[in-house]
Amino acid sequence: MDSLTNYLFVSASLFCLGLYGVITRRNAVAVLMGVELILNSANINFVAFARFSGMNMAGHVYALFVIVLAAAEAAVALAIIINIFNNFKTINVDDVSQLRQ
Amino acid sequence: MITGNIITDFCLLILFLPVVAFAINIFIGKRLPRQGDWVSVGAILITLVLSLSMLMNMFMNWDPNFSHEVQFSWIDLGAFKIELGFWVDNITIVMLVVVALISSMTHIFSLEYMKGDIRYSRYYAYLGLFTFSMNGIVLANNLISMYIFWELVGVSSYLLIGHWFEKNSAANAATKAFLTNRVGDIGFFIGIMLMFTAIGSFNFQDLFSGISQGMISGQLLTLAGVGIFLGAVGKSAQFPLHIWLPDAMEGPTPVSALMHAATMVAAGVYLTVRLFPLFSPEALLIIAYVGGFTALFAATIAVTQNDIKKVLAYSTVSQLGYMILAVGVGNYVAAFFHLLTHAMFKACLFFGSGSVIHAMHHSLHELNDQDTDPQDMRNMGGFKSKLPITYWTMTIATLTIAGVPFFSGFLSKDAILAGTLAFAKHYPQHFLLPLFGFGAAAITAFYMFRLIFMTFHGEVKMPKVFKGIHESPRAMTFPLILLSSLGFFIFYTLPYFNPFSDHGWFTELIQASDSVVKGNPTAEEIYEGIHHAHYPAMALSLLVASFGIGMSILMYMKKKLSADIWAAKMGFLYKLSLNKYFFDENYNRFLYQPVLKLSQAIAFVDWDLYDKYFINGFGRVTKWLSFLTGRIDYEGLDQKLVDGVGRTAQGFGNQLKNVQTGRLQNYMLFALAGVIVIIVMQTI
Repeated sequence: MDSLTNYLFVSASLFCLGLYGVITRRNAVAVLMGVELILNSANINFVAFARFSGMNMAGHVYALFVIVLAAAEAAVALAIIINIFNNFKTINVDDVSQLRQ
Repeated sequence: MITGNIITDFCLLILFLPVVAFAINIFIGKRLPRQGDWVSVGAILITLVLSLSMLMNMFMNWDPNFSHEVQFSWIDLGAFKIELGFWVDNITIVMLVVVALISSMTHIFSLEYMKGDIRYSRYYAYLGLFTFSMNGIVLANNLISMYIFWELVGVSSYLLIGHWFEKNSAANAATKAFLTNRVGDIGFFIGIMLMFTAIGSFNFQDLFSGISQGMISGQLLTLAGVGIFLGAVGKSAQFPLHIWLPDAMEGPTPVSALMHAATMVAAGVYLTVRLFPLFSPEALLIIAYVGGFTALFAATIAVTQNDIKKVLAYSTVSQLGYMILAVGVGNYVAAFFHLLTHAMFKACLFFGSGSVIHAMHHSLHELNDQDTDPQDMRNMGGFKSKLPITYWTMTIATLTIAGVPFFSGFLSKDAILAGTLAFAKHYPQHFLLPLFGFGAAAITAFYMFRLIFMTFHGEVKMPKVFKGIHESPRAMTFPLILLSSLGFFIFYTLPYFNPFSDHGWFTELIQASDSVVKGNPTAEEIYEGIHHAHYPAMALSLLVASFGIGMSILMYMKKKLSADIWAAKMGFLYKLSLNKYFFDENYNRFLYQPVLKLSQAIAFVDWDLYDKYFINGFGRVTKWLSFLTGRIDYEGLDQKLVDGVGRTAQGFGNQLKNVQTGRLQNYMLFALAGVIVIIVMQTI
């Protein structure tokens, strides 16, 4: 059980789930959650490769960077979402299609 | 002693002073004090002084061969060159004095005669233009500038004859004068061009030397000569273009004096005198016959006219015929002599008639009589006591024109008649020419005395009018006195005092030059012939003149012969003469009406056929075609092609627009699909 393939499999499933959430969700917050899933699937990959390829701590450090980045990204994205709500009174991304006009 | 350059300056001043006066008067004349007449009078008096000083210089030089020519090039196109300039010789100087003198007298006379006229300053302006044009002709040394001034004379005469253009008859007379002159001018122009084509120059001297070298000869030379003469026929009112001159009486009387004595009709004679050497024998013969016939023919018309100015007008035509006749028989110096003497006495006669008409006019005006014709001699009679100065001056002028000894007309007429007599002696087949001359002389004496008797003698026809007749003011009598005194022989024969010979300064200073055409007699031969014919001619002319005067005295003074009975006896001839041989009527019937009909027919073809069908049809086809093109352009090209491109682009844009949903998630999906496609393609 303890093989790289399993981790990669979990990671890929998580990425697909995240991508699916980003593409299909109408709620902007849910889209953001999808993005978090994708980031975390990448994190699993970093850690798994670091563990099984005999690398040193570089993979773990990168995972930590990603978590920090994700926190910053979530802060910015939430700020954007709050602004969207202020402007459109909705956070449904389908309704926020002003670029089309 | 005046040198060449100063003569040039004098000529320029003489030429241009009147035109300066013209320019001033035409533009600001009305605003000047006295409506600017002093500008014109001053200019013409300076011109007179300059001309007289040139005459004095001529006397001081006493050189028959004096000649001075200056020219400058006007148009220079390499091979084609036109030069204008002056040619001053003794003939020119005498003519300049004549023009300046008569013109000055006209200016002075008009001060009173035209007083209060509505277009007073314009009248003076035109007088200046007229004088300028005539001086241009006199000074010209080539055909082209002569032609230019020739036309200018035509224009000025048109303007002056039509001075009172409110009167229909005056406007018509002006047009008639102008158009009739144009007919002659066409001939003149053809003549000029024939000469130029053959010789390549317009200059008189070049023409003379070209002809003597034989560059143009035979029929062509005759044709060119007749063409040039045709110009003189028009201007000098010779048969058959004489019709304008009597009508030109519609102009103010001083203008008639100017026109008949110095400026207009003299131009034609001056031209033939100037160009005498280049006429071929055949052309000269035509000239002689035209002149001789005109002299007699016009005289017969003058006999029956009742309008005082009409008599004088036909008398001018007749006298001009004399001059032309003299040129034709080769005695052109006599023609010029008669031109000189005629200028004086005819101007005097016209001024006299002007004075009479002026008096009549004022008297009628006071009576408020609009219907009586102030120019009809039948309304006059007995004016001798009321108009003494006019009477005496006109009588002197009449004696002059009738050819009575001690007067200048006797000398000049005698010279002409001697010339014709000599010619007929030499060529007996042309016996008609002296007959014309002597016949006209007799009739001239007759009708001129008829004029005097009808106007000044006899019983008073209209006592009411007679009461209001007054002698004219001094500005009008002064020209009369001056010009009539110039009728005495002494002014032309100095320094000799023989009243029966024209030997004097004139014959010594103005000598005939030989014709340059082969076949013409030389000046010497002509002079010889005249010399031999001198005394017979004198005797004959005295005879015919006294016959004419005697008849006139019998008929109109003593009333021994009744003019009415004679008129009835002559019946048909009288009617012919009274109606001027029906010239105007016949011209109208056989010339104007057919031309009018022809032009109406042409107008019909042009307007009703050509314009209506061809031109308008062309227009319609064009309109139809452009309508079609418009359709194709608008509906085909614009609507389909141009708009089609636009619509296609718009359609594509509309389709592609749908791709841009504005939804982030769609874009993401597309990106994912793209990534998948790339991965799949890489794997394969």
